[in-house]
Amino acid sequence: MTLKYDVVIIGGGHAGCEAASAAARMGARTALLTHRRDTIGVMSCNPAIGGLGKGHLVREIDAMDGLMGRIADAAGIQFRLLNRKKGPAVRGPRTQADRRLYREAMQEAIASIENLDVIEGDAFDLLMNGRQLSGVTLKNGRTISCRTVVLTTGTFLRGLIHLGERKIPAGRMGEEPSLGLSATLERFGLRLGRLKTGTPARLDGRTIDWENVGRQGADDEPVPFSFMTDRINNRQIECGVTRTTAATHKIITDNLGKSAMYSGQIMGVGPRYCPSIEDKIVKFGERDGHQIFLEPEGLDDNTVYPNGISTSLPENIQQEFIRTIPCLEHVVILQPGYAIEYDHVDPRELSSTLEVLKIPGLFLAGQINGTTGYEEAGAQGLVAGLNAALVCGGNDPHVFSRTNSYIGVMIDDLTSRGVSEPYRMFTSRAEYRLSLRADNADVRLTPDAISLGMVSAERQHRFQCWARTFETAKASLMALQVTPNEARKFGFHINQDGQRRSAFELLSYAEHSIGSLARLWPELSAIEPKIAAALEIDATYAVYMEKQAADIANVKREESAEIPEYFDFSILSGLSNELVQKLTLTAPRNLAQVLKVDGMTPAAASLILAYLRRDTVQSVPPKKAIQ
Amino acid sequence: MDDTIYALSSGALPSGVAIVRISGPHTRDVLFRMAGEIGSNRVAHLRSIRNRNGELIDSGLVLFFPGPSSFTGEDCGELQVHGGRAVVQALLSELGSIQGLRHAEPGEFSRRAFHNGKLDLVEVEGLADLISAETEMQRRLAVEHAQGGMSAVYQGWARRLTHARAMIEAELDFADEDDVPGSVAEAIWGDMASLQIEIAEHIAGARLAEIIRDGLKVVIAGRPNAGKSSLINHLAGRDVAIVTDIAGTTRDVLSVDLSLAGFSVRLYDTAGLRETSEPIEREGIRRARSTLQDADLVLLLSDVPNGFADVTRESEHSKLIRVRTKIDQIDQIWDKADFDIAISTKTGEGIETLLSRISSYLPVLTGKISFSIPSRRRHVDCLNQAVDAIAASLIHSKTGLDIQAEYLRVAGDALGRITGRVDVEELLDVIFSEFCIGK
Repeated sequence: MTLKYDVVIIGGGHAGCEAASAAARMGARTALLTHRRDTIGVMSCNPAIGGLGKGHLVREIDAMDGLMGRIADAAGIQFRLLNRKKGPAVRGPRTQADRRLYREAMQEAIASIENLDVIEGDAFDLLMNGRQLSGVTLKNGRTISCRTVVLTTGTFLRGLIHLGERKIPAGRMGEEPSLGLSATLERFGLRLGRLKTGTPARLDGRTIDWENVGRQGADDEPVPFSFMTDRINNRQIECGVTRTTAATHKIITDNLGKSAMYSGQIMGVGPRYCPSIEDKIVKFGERDGHQIFLEPEGLDDNTVYPNGISTSLPENIQQEFIRTIPCLEHVVILQPGYAIEYDHVDPRELSSTLEVLKIPGLFLAGQINGTTGYEEAGAQGLVAGLNAALVCGGNDPHVFSRTNSYIGVMIDDLTSRGVSEPYRMFTSRAEYRLSLRADNADVRLTPDAISLGMVSAERQHRFQCWARTFETAKASLMALQVTPNEARKFGFHINQDGQRRSAFELLSYAEHSIGSLARLWPELSAIEPKIAAALEIDATYAVYMEKQAADIANVKREESAEIPEYFDFSILSGLSNELVQKLTLTAPRNLAQVLKVDGMTPAAASLILAYLRRDTVQSVPPKKAIQ
Repeated sequence: MDDTIYALSSGALPSGVAIVRISGPHTRDVLFRMAGEIGSNRVAHLRSIRNRNGELIDSGLVLFFPGPSSFTGEDCGELQVHGGRAVVQALLSELGSIQGLRHAEPGEFSRRAFHNGKLDLVEVEGLADLISAETEMQRRLAVEHAQGGMSAVYQGWARRLTHARAMIEAELDFADEDDVPGSVAEAIWGDMASLQIEIAEHIAGARLAEIIRDGLKVVIAGRPNAGKSSLINHLAGRDVAIVTDIAGTTRDVLSVDLSLAGFSVRLYDTAGLRETSEPIEREGIRRARSTLQDADLVLLLSDVPNGFADVTRESEHSKLIRVRTKIDQIDQIWDKADFDIAISTKTGEGIETLLSRISSYLPVLTGKISFSIPSRRRHVDCLNQAVDAIAASLIHSKTGLDIQAEYLRVAGDALGRITGRVDVEELLDVIFSEFCIGK
């Protein structure tokens, strides 16, 4: 008997779980196809969620009622809000996670979703009916018929682990790679690239000298990721902090030739922001030491993740250099570090819903698109799963814009410029950073999620109550007015210009808070702390939001100037050959993307705009010699 | 862009020598076909230039500049022939009859150079100005722009701004990194303060550039029949304005360009200012007043002692020279304090004094003057936005680094509209090259 679904998700990692959850919440009959049920939700690399830029993505996934935020809240064992002192727009929530708790919570969440079946199996090929996708065949010959597929293969596509001179075909240490699907993608004529990432050795925590190691603790008041989480119940732990030494650097330098990365065995490009310890020594050898965080992998797990020393040196060298690090002199390595190379698809092959342009019905999400990180993967999974379900229902796609979310920024970056190294989110990638904050992710996205129908009744109710309370409080702040003279009597220093100001305006000054304004208007002390904090941030950024609104409108206009699919830029006379090549390769879908093409000039952009503004597409007049 | 284009690149015919330029992939073939084998590149060769039937068009110099090391970045050629109309006409028709060749559109050579990365936007604009430069000062300013002098300055600023932004972004995006000191952004504010001053001073030079480009606007005003049109005719050395004894003869605003001390001076003759019900003259007076509004200098003319008073009201202009006219007709008693200069257009008396007085309103130029001044409105607008944003960023030091970063982003965008967009990847490049990121 053939199984029949609307959407099949291939892969049970962070992209796969969000995709499955999103598609099922949209009402599609969904199957999650994975090698092994018990590896769903595994954190293959560092045991942490969030951070700067990444924390924004988690908040946005949560605002769309996705899983990652809630699971991280259930598994978090060291919550820290980064950049706490630097302005709400750049604050990034982060937590270390207990691997086991994370995996279990994820598996439980997946199991509880309606419309979603988990199938164990090894996807081998995609079935086509003409140009249209029609199903998936498994290695054991079984087939699943479906209308759309979300492929989230992570590092499994022709995954190859490098450990010193050893090469082991694998998707993760100890797990088989996917070889069949790479061939499938190549057969469809998709451009593939090769990337590299690495992971450090895992240490036995019982052999670390914890007495003498530096410490980093959690925040006193952990800030949860999810709008739905009221409090964090897990015990919070400390991480150890130590540094490499001159002796460490010497061993690494002396053995560089044995590192897979420096012996020329690795062709893939690794991320600059997550370099191996070999890279750090080669590029920044003059530093007297590089910091290492010793992150316990769980509350009742002795494994420790030494963040900062990923490597592809041979096992014996790893042990030798790690033991030169203070407090790790007698450490026992549980699993050596390694580098892994894998195939990815050039994301410029994708539409802004992550659907493969050449293969309608096939969506790609996660590392397969050249990104790195759980959060980036989860966010793409959400977009792909949501849109795969929309396609099945014959509905219009839902596109995230650069102007409303980090998700939109990421997808636009990927699909318009491709990747030259594994792509990671940073707050600096978002032009509208002041508007796209972690704290207002719900306000930005939950209304959309509600109208799409992918939000639980519970969240919908909670969000609407919250929004109502917030708007009411904001309206009352706007209505409360004071003259500078009156304000002075209460100890507020305001320009004595006779201008009446609202409580909301006063709140926009850094030195005022709801608490201090309550001296003037005692009724303000009734506002609950969460709403008060949101109002303070809202007031601080109000004036900048207005300024950015004009820019945003402009970008939206540029985004709406669409360029036809497979547009032939070479017919525009006046564009340089070089630009024509770049435009053809990047295939921008709209004017906003055109403007970001490397080397784009104002003159060339106006040429393209002029062409787009023509009522009808007409061919360029034949070239004629002029007498 | 497969076309090969050609055009007469030298001035109006007839002329001693005429230069026809060719650019595009067929250039080498065309030269070979018309002039035979060309020897070494970039060297002038005397050749017979013939049409397809082997008939001689002219003999002249032939040069070939292979791309990409050419003006347009493509293969380029030059045919230098005698500048007779018939010769050039014959040459152009011959070129036009060759398959794949077409006459260049206006500015197309520069546009190709721009598209091939041989010139940036500032340089292209500078080149356009260089070609139309009429005075020595215009030429020097244009040369500065066309040779990339300005671009170098702007790019230097853009680099400093990029560096400053990268330091801030490092602190914001990599706050948890050991290698990024917590106060890395603090070190940049000193440089941003001096950048603000440098750009502001540069903008102040914009007025000078405008005078160089567009000339000093000198408006001749005064009551009807004060001798305004006579003065402009005298200075122009020809009759540009109709002169009669009838008050209100001049209706429209006339202008004449003079070259004075290397600068262009644009003189405007205006309708005499008086109350009138005659509709055409009324319109002339309205135009005169509006011209007065943007004048750099006003020459206020009067042939009677108290003829300045009612007109002075018209212009609050501090740059005003009161000129007593018609001193050849000695029938008026003048107090010396009532005028600045006395002239007669009939005898030429006082005219030199007037000219040297006008010159004193021209910018003082020493031999070493820097021509690094913005000459385009577009540049000045962008620079103003940049300098305002940098100032705002400096002022908001207590508001938060994210907001300061936002202002510097705006400043970077504004500068980028002159020199090219600064992308986030460039910020990241700076960050990753200066700090060891990746815990």
